[in-house]
Amino acid sequence: MQQAATLSEPTNLLARFLRGRKWYGAEWYMTMTGGLIVAFIVVLTLLTFFTPRLAPYDPESRVGDPFTPPCTTHIFGTDQLGRDIFSRIIYGAQIVLQVALLSAVFSFIVGVPLGLISGFLGGRLDRVLSLVMDSIYSFPGLILAIALAALLGAGVLNMSVAIAVVYVPIFFRLVRGQVLSIKEELYVEAARSLGARGRTILWRYIFPNVIPSIVVVFSLNIADAIITEAGLAFIGLGVDPSKPDWGYDIYRGRSELVGGRWWPVTFPGLAIALVALGFSLFGEGLSEILNPRLTEA
Amino acid sequence: MSEPVLQIRNLSVDYPTRAGVVRAVDDVSLTVYRGEVLGLVGESGCGKSTLGMAILRLLRPPGKIVAGEIVFNGRNLLELDDETMRHLRGAHISMIFQDPMTCLNPLQRISDHVIETIRTHRPEMGKQEARKRATELIDRLGIMAERLDDYPHQLSGGMRQRVMIGLALALNADLIIADEPTTSLDVIVEAQFLDLLRDLQRQFNLTIILITHNIGVVAELSDRVAVMYAGKLVELADVHSLFDDPLHPYTRGLLNSVPNISLTEDHLQIMDGSPPDLISPPPGCRFHPRCPYAKQECSRREPAMKNVGKDRLVACWLY
Repeated sequence: MQQAATLSEPTNLLARFLRGRKWYGAEWYMTMTGGLIVAFIVVLTLLTFFTPRLAPYDPESRVGDPFTPPCTTHIFGTDQLGRDIFSRIIYGAQIVLQVALLSAVFSFIVGVPLGLISGFLGGRLDRVLSLVMDSIYSFPGLILAIALAALLGAGVLNMSVAIAVVYVPIFFRLVRGQVLSIKEELYVEAARSLGARGRTILWRYIFPNVIPSIVVVFSLNIADAIITEAGLAFIGLGVDPSKPDWGYDIYRGRSELVGGRWWPVTFPGLAIALVALGFSLFGEGLSEILNPRLTEA
Repeated sequence: MSEPVLQIRNLSVDYPTRAGVVRAVDDVSLTVYRGEVLGLVGESGCGKSTLGMAILRLLRPPGKIVAGEIVFNGRNLLELDDETMRHLRGAHISMIFQDPMTCLNPLQRISDHVIETIRTHRPEMGKQEARKRATELIDRLGIMAERLDDYPHQLSGGMRQRVMIGLALALNADLIIADEPTTSLDVIVEAQFLDLLRDLQRQFNLTIILITHNIGVVAELSDRVAVMYAGKLVELADVHSLFDDPLHPYTRGLLNSVPNISLTEDHLQIMDGSPPDLISPPPGCRFHPRCPYAKQECSRREPAMKNVGKDRLVACWLY
C-alpha cells in the first residue's frame, strides 16, 4: 500500500527524499551511496567497453617508470611493469562486473526454477534436490570455487560458472523456502478450489510473490561474487594475466609491500572493497524498499 | 424434494499423526438437493471444514479419504482422475473461504482473478469476452465496474468477500461450499453479505453447503441443517424443526449456548466439557461424557442415524 501510494505521487517521494531523514525506512544515504557506486561502476564498465580511450593510458602497456608513486601524471602510481594503475582499475571493473553479473545470472537461472519446482512439487524430487543443494552449500564457498575454477581453467566464462555453482544453493534454498510458505497461503488454496492448473498456480500465484526476495539476494550475491572473483584471480585462477584484474593485480603487488610500495595493492583493494560494499548496500536498501514490513509509516 | 446434487455415503477421513490416527470425519452420509442451502454446524474441530475440503478432494496432507463415496451429479468424485477433478473445481463445485483478506492473490488484479477463473474452464472464451463477463459479474455483486482493475488490498473485506463469491459463481457452479464465509466480517458487513448470498441463491437457485459454527447464520440462510459432533453427523433436520424442537442433546446444548435477547435466566447455558480427543474417542455415543441425559447404553453402543419423522434424522439412544 505504501509503495502504491508513493509510486503514484512522485513529488511526495522527492519531498521525503529531500527531507533527508528516512527513505522507505532505510537509511537513505547508505542506500543512495550503494546505489551510486553500483550505477557508477555499471556506467564505467559500459563506457570502457565501447570507448577504449576513456582511461588516461593503455592498461596493458608500459607508460611510465616502474613503481612510480602516486603523482600528478599517474594518480594511483604505476606497477612493476610501469603500467598505470588507475587505468588498470578502470579496465579491471569490466572483468569484475562481467564475472559477478554472469555468475549471479547463472545461479539465478539454475537456482530459481529448481527451487520453484522443488518447493512446489515436494516429495522425492524435493528431498533429492534439497540434499544435493545442501551438500553444495555445506562446502566452504571459496574452496569449492577454487576447485571448480582449477578444473575448468581460466577465462571469464569458466570463472563465472565456478562461482555460480557456489551460489546456486542460495537461490534454491531461498526460493524453495518462500514457495513452501506461499504454497500454504489461502489464496493458493482458493485458486486450487477454483480449478486453477498447477502451472498457473506456480507461475501466477507463487512466482510473483517470490520475486522481491530474489531481487535482494541477487544484488547481495553480486557483492559476494565480486569478492570471490577477486579471490580466484588472486591465486591465479582468473583471466589472462596480462588483462587488468583487480584480484590478480593485488597478487602481483603484494610482494612489493615489504619495500614500502603500497600503491599497487592498496588501490585495487580499495576498488574491490568499495564495489562489493556498493552492491551490498544496494541490496540491503532494496530489501528495505521491497519489504513493506520494514517500511516505517 | 428436487433431485440430489451431492450424495455423500459413509465418508470417512483420516489424518494420520504421530500420536495416532485422527478420524476427522467418521462414516458421514448426507444428501444435498438442488436449490437448497444446507447448513453444516458444529464446534471447532468437529470435522465440518474437513468434510467441505473432502468434497473438493483438496484435503491437506496427510488428510486422506479412507472410506465412502461422494456422488456428484451421478459421478463418484473419488473415482475421477486428477485432471477431471480439477475441471470440476470452480466450474461445477466451488468454494468460498473464511478469510477474505488473504484469499486473493495480492499481486493480481481483481479482473485477473475473474478472467483467469473463467478462462481456465472456458479456454475458448476470448479475453475481451471474459472481461465483459467479469464486469457483469462484479456489477451484480454491487462492486463498481471501475474497481475491476484494483488490487485486492485496495478493496475492503466485504468487497473482497463479494469478489470471492463472484469467483465461485463465475461459471454457474452446481454446488457452492461456503466455509465460514462470515467469520472474519463484522456484524454489519456480515448482514449485508448474508442478504447478498440469499438474493443470489434465490435468483440463481444455487445449491450451497454453508459450513459455520454460527447458529444465527444458519438460521438466517439454511433450509436444512446438519449437526456434526466429533466427526459424526448427529442430527439432520429442516431448519424450522431443528430450532423449534432440537432432538439431539448436543443440538440443544448448541442452541442454548447462543445469547438470546429474550433470555430470562441470568446466565447463558454453557455446555460442560470439551469435544473428545479424536485419536481415542469415547466408546458408544461420542457425546455421552457431556450429555445430561446419558444412559448406560450410551457408553456401550454407538447410536445409528434413525429416521424420526419426515426427513428428520438423529443419532441418539433417546429416540
